[in-house]
Amino acid sequence: MKSAVIVFPGSNCDRDAHDALKRVTGQAPAMVWHQDTTLPEGLDFIMIPGGFSYGDYLRCGAMASRSAIMPAVIAHAATGAPILGVCNGFQILAESGLLPGALMRNAGLNFVCEKAPLTVANSNTRFTSAYAGRSDLTIPIAHHDGNYNADEETLERIEGEGQIIFRYGRNPNGSVHDIAGVMNENGNIMGMMPHPERAVDVNHGGTDGLALFESLLGSA
Amino acid sequence: MTQYAEGITAEIVKEHGLSDEEYAIILDRMGRAPNMNELGIFSVMWSEHCSYKSSRLHLGKFPTKGDKVIQGPGENAGVIDIGDGQACVFKMESHNHPSYIEPYQGAATGVGGILRDVFTMGARPIAALNALRFGAHDHPKTRQLVSGVVAGIGGYGNCVGVPTVGGETNFHEGYDGNILVNAMAVGLADADKIFYARGAEAGQPIVYVGSKTGRDGIHGATMASAEFDDESEEKRPTVQVGDPFVEKKLIEACLELMSTDAIAAIQDMGAAGLTSSAIEMADKGGIGIELNMDTVPQRETNMTTYEMMLSESQERMLVIMKPGREDVAMRIFKKWELDVAVIGQTTDTGRMVLNHHGEVVCDMPIAPLADDAPKYDRPHFAPEVRAQISAKDVAKPAHMGNVLLSLMTSPNMASKAWIWNQYDRHVMADTAASSEDPSDAAVVRVHGTDKALAITTDCTPRYCFADPFEGGKQTVAEAWRNLTATGADPIAITDCLNFGNPERPEIMGQFVGCVEGMAEACRALDFPVVSGNVSLYNETNGVAIPPTPAVGAVGLIPNINQRAGFGGMKAGQILLAVGDTRGVMGASLYLRVIEEREDGGSPPVDLAVEKVNGDFVRGQIRSGRVVACHDISDGGLACAAADMALASGIGIKLAHEGDLPMHGFLFGEDQARYLIAADKEDAVAMLQDAKADDIPLMVVGLAGGDAISVNGAHNLDLVKLREAWEGWLPDLMNKVGED
Repeated sequence: MKSAVIVFPGSNCDRDAHDALKRVTGQAPAMVWHQDTTLPEGLDFIMIPGGFSYGDYLRCGAMASRSAIMPAVIAHAATGAPILGVCNGFQILAESGLLPGALMRNAGLNFVCEKAPLTVANSNTRFTSAYAGRSDLTIPIAHHDGNYNADEETLERIEGEGQIIFRYGRNPNGSVHDIAGVMNENGNIMGMMPHPERAVDVNHGGTDGLALFESLLGSA
Repeated sequence: MTQYAEGITAEIVKEHGLSDEEYAIILDRMGRAPNMNELGIFSVMWSEHCSYKSSRLHLGKFPTKGDKVIQGPGENAGVIDIGDGQACVFKMESHNHPSYIEPYQGAATGVGGILRDVFTMGARPIAALNALRFGAHDHPKTRQLVSGVVAGIGGYGNCVGVPTVGGETNFHEGYDGNILVNAMAVGLADADKIFYARGAEAGQPIVYVGSKTGRDGIHGATMASAEFDDESEEKRPTVQVGDPFVEKKLIEACLELMSTDAIAAIQDMGAAGLTSSAIEMADKGGIGIELNMDTVPQRETNMTTYEMMLSESQERMLVIMKPGREDVAMRIFKKWELDVAVIGQTTDTGRMVLNHHGEVVCDMPIAPLADDAPKYDRPHFAPEVRAQISAKDVAKPAHMGNVLLSLMTSPNMASKAWIWNQYDRHVMADTAASSEDPSDAAVVRVHGTDKALAITTDCTPRYCFADPFEGGKQTVAEAWRNLTATGADPIAITDCLNFGNPERPEIMGQFVGCVEGMAEACRALDFPVVSGNVSLYNETNGVAIPPTPAVGAVGLIPNINQRAGFGGMKAGQILLAVGDTRGVMGASLYLRVIEEREDGGSPPVDLAVEKVNGDFVRGQIRSGRVVACHDISDGGLACAAADMALASGIGIKLAHEGDLPMHGFLFGEDQARYLIAADKEDAVAMLQDAKADDIPLMVVGLAGGDAISVNGAHNLDLVKLREAWEGWLPDLMNKVGED
């Protein structure tokens, strides 16, 4: 599987994303710099990693969503290729309008880092097919702005369309409907606050993130 | 008649923290009266913070060499060999004074500064730790300081993407007026690609990189070298403001520059900013420096030379490049959207010359600013020797379970999850054990290998106050024990020596005693000091903090799959105590919490026993017999057992017989001890080994049930314990309207 990780100034999970992808796909992803305007040819998958792109200044993900590489990412998304945004990557995809809703400051106002219990709300997607038959996962979270929100109409729609992919077992940030991860209508773009790349090795304390990358590999 | 340059008075000299004697030396070294710029530079370079003038004499007592030491004290950080051509770079540093005045920025910039010390040397930072001391939990300022410091540490570390994996937090009324924020950073480098402040030669370009210079932090080093009084809050403008986003870019840009062959010497701009970074590199190279102040990137207009040289604006580095290679730095730093400018060159004059607006505004010799700075042998005396207190001298409590509950929910023992949940502990995806895990030290994998570093911070100020020498020994021994309990080979330490006013002989006595005790333990345990920091004048209105020589220690776990934590114990497993339990109660947590007193001698530390017991434990962990292992420290055997029970979610039935009073067995703080859980057959094998090696090892209990009990009585229900232990800090931080 040929993949790419987009690197912004302030991205800090880019290496973790690289390592997880290499581990699962056996092929190192291309690391694409934010100032580039084109993507490598023939990409099967794009990952937008976590971190603090542009220092989280203005609004988390706002500046990255307007950076030079994003038109190419958006054009690639239109071809139906899978794109995953984790944590800050989720915020960037939401700011880009590629995913419904917005991520606000955590309800408790503090940064929260914990190994979060999650449930798989929809395992019939290209991101989650390998989770079929498993409902309870533990995947680490680490964020200050993961409080997912959307208007009632949007919520009703994404609930109805199966676009909610993961929910928190114990809501850490005030997200509506305990939402931890959502997908676009076409089913090729997903954003999630938990970090699957931090749960791919027994020494991480769990390997519940592996199946996500395996799902992508299976669908590629 | 003392000589002054135009516009300078005796009063101005005094405001710069310079004594009459020091000013006389300046006149001698300069051969004339210094102008304002030169006076400012002497002021910061001769401050306690930069010159170590009260402490240098004694720091020489630390052992600093060893098979694994690549670089000892004197550079930005220490460097140790971890095999396979890899090196670990680490240091701990205080940011006490600024954190009290402005907790968020003080703590944040403390993290930023220590990270820079590590990546300046060519290492990618892979872990951050801290050691925090606050005043009494119910002091009116404490909650605000805790929330500010924790948010600052998290705000900076989370953004730069270095996991905050461990630390300790204590509360004690001795810190009511002066909190301690000690930050440690650990990095990883190739052993043959370490960068130093030394190595520059004459005729090389000096390149400034990072943030612009502003008017923040001017005289921060001088502020950190004075006591506080009631007006200290007015010093807020001397606290720097951090930008972790710039730091993250600076890390990546510096590491990218270091992968080329263009650097001669490099130094971060920390305390005393441009002044100290330029002078340190010039002094180490035995050369001179000439800077054109017009070319320094400036955040504000009309900045004077004085302001630029004394500013402590953050996220800046000074690089001396190989001639003709400036373009390499230009290209890389522009890519990362950071300021970069050639601001001068090195010379062979041994002087620092500054030009501004076409005039020479400073021309001074470098040697008196660095190695030749004043060095004092301050008078000191040791405190009176306190009598030891044993369990027989302490009234027997009625219900041991109630005592255990009180100890475990006391401020220093209660869960600190409220704090570390605000730190990203997993970024970089190499954290195997952090604050959330039952492990005496944090465990961070060496990226891409099966090796791991075990890292801890430690200090027991109660002991250091009772007996500086024994307390100093104990601090080093406990850090060594923490690493050992994970199965690591302890390698080296960094220190962060926090004390009061060294001009008072009793405070200087605490300092000297602690240093000598630490040095003795370092020698006995083959555990050299490779870097460190001294923070003095931690006093307010003449009241000093308890002596707090914090230690940050690093060890190597050769195989990450052969290590121990203190959880995972199962019903039916045997609990064994390594080391002799005699029931030493002096300066114990028991006395402080239960009897509200802190008298008595510090527990004696037999370093030979410490070594033998620790080596035994490490060997047993590597043999695979150990299910769980925990060092026995504050609160004694019972508190160690309670930690293991909480981490494992299972009760423990302790058993005690013999002459030693039960509270001595449970809560005595004898040293060189560990608690181990093992399956029955492994326990038998261990007992045989111990007998053969003459190691004191005895069965003290059995895992099972849902309570901690002793001899079938004194029950403490685990659910009740967990609720109180986990609830203490959130209750303190979230309560409303009582202050």
